[in-house]
Amino acid sequence: MTEQSASNSLDGNAAAGPFTDVFGFDVSTVLVTCGGCRASAVFAEQRAFLGGPGTVLRCPGCDHLLARVVQTTDELWLDMSGSSCWRFPLEASTA
Amino acid sequence: MTETPLRDRGKVGGPRPRWLPARLAGLRSETGTARTMTFDVPEWPGHQAGQHVDLRLTAADGYSTERSYSIAAPAEDARVSITVQEVGTGEVSPYLVENMELGDALEMRGPIGGWFVWSPSPEAPVEQPILLVAGGSGVVPLMAMVRERARSGSRAPFRLVYSVRDPGQVLFAPELAQHAQDEGVQVDLVYSRETPKDFARPAGRITARDLATPPDAGWPDDPPPRAYVCGPTAFVEHAIRTLLDLGYTNHNIRAERFGPSGG
Ligand SMILES: Cc1cc2nc3c(=O)[nH]c(=O)nc-3n(C[C@H](O)[C@H](O)[C@H](O)COP(=O)(O)OP(=O)(O)OC[C@H]3O[C@@H](n4cnc5c(N)ncnc54)[C@H](O)[C@@H]3O)c2cc1C
Ligand SMILES: [Zn+2]
Repeated sequence: MTEQSASNSLDGNAAAGPFTDVFGFDVSTVLVTCGGCRASAVFAEQRAFLGGPGTVLRCPGCDHLLARVVQTTDELWLDMSGSSCWRFPLEASTA
Repeated sequence: MTETPLRDRGKVGGPRPRWLPARLAGLRSETGTARTMTFDVPEWPGHQAGQHVDLRLTAADGYSTERSYSIAAPAEDARVSITVQEVGTGEVSPYLVENMELGDALEMRGPIGGWFVWSPSPEAPVEQPILLVAGGSGVVPLMAMVRERARSGSRAPFRLVYSVRDPGQVLFAPELAQHAQDEGVQVDLVYSRETPKDFARPAGRITARDLATPPDAGWPDDPPPRAYVCGPTAFVEHAIRTLLDLGYTNHNIRAERFGPSGG
């Protein structure tokens, strides 16, 4: 990733809204594993690019495209082929 | 990056964030170029400190655009407050700061975000010390945390290091002074371009010295502090590098990037 795009990019916090359209809930705390370099980080700590086309999530380590949500007039389109695994925490324990 | 323990992540779920009608019900000027806007959102489900909303503005011809804004204050009835810093060349922020009038409507989706949040932990034997690091309008979600601490009566050690360009840009100055005096929140301002007269620290960007825990802070050795960093992307990247140099790890830094704006 170039320094220019890195310094303008957002993080997963900014992408969480558009992703609620497909998942129906906030996915900020989901652990997403990169299909390129295998690094895992929570959704909120991935890189995000807005404004098109769609909302794009990228790996901060290797810039691999992890997932993209695009809304057209009659479709909501989710591509997650770049991520190998999404782990959804179900319980917040108080340990 | 090593994996975050499951217990620190919080569960997914919560109320489904939907687009809700919101009406502007209150305005307060913060600086010459920033104002706090309070919206009536009848169906608002409540929120946590640190979360944000997405706003959707739709023009008469049907063109619509969305932006994210941090929620500035704890939930109070069905009211949601944001604080917007005008970006001169921007599409949305000048409208919000200069033109939108009481009674005007827009759509709001939220609350969004379950990671960049703070809540008190009254059951903990020792509350985790919190370092808040703000650049420009990045102070907004951190102010929500400071307000939530006071509202909930939490005694968690809190320190805010707040970087602004010049003295005219400081948001929430009187209220921060109040939290420092009455609530024991340590507030340290850092000026990046121009300081007030007779200010000891020369203008310049945040350094390790600004972020190191002062010896008289009285923070416990355990648990280690958690840092919340928020502001323009370049500011956040620099602050994270500085915190890592100081011995913080990815496990105890949480960040939110606002993009190029908000400086
Ligand atoms: C999760 C999240 C929370 C946010 N919370 C807040 C908040 O609480 N308060 C707040 O004020 N903002 C917040 N923002 C930023 C906000 O979403 C907008 O990005 C901001 O208001 C600018 O929008 P705009 O439409 O006015 O500018 P745009 O039209 O989007 O940008 C216009 C142009 O100006 C450039 N530009 C942007 N900023 C600057 C600058 N400072 N100097 C020079 N050029 C610039 C941009 O690159 C762009 O080319 C948040 C962002 C995110 C992702
Ligand atoms: Zn990767």
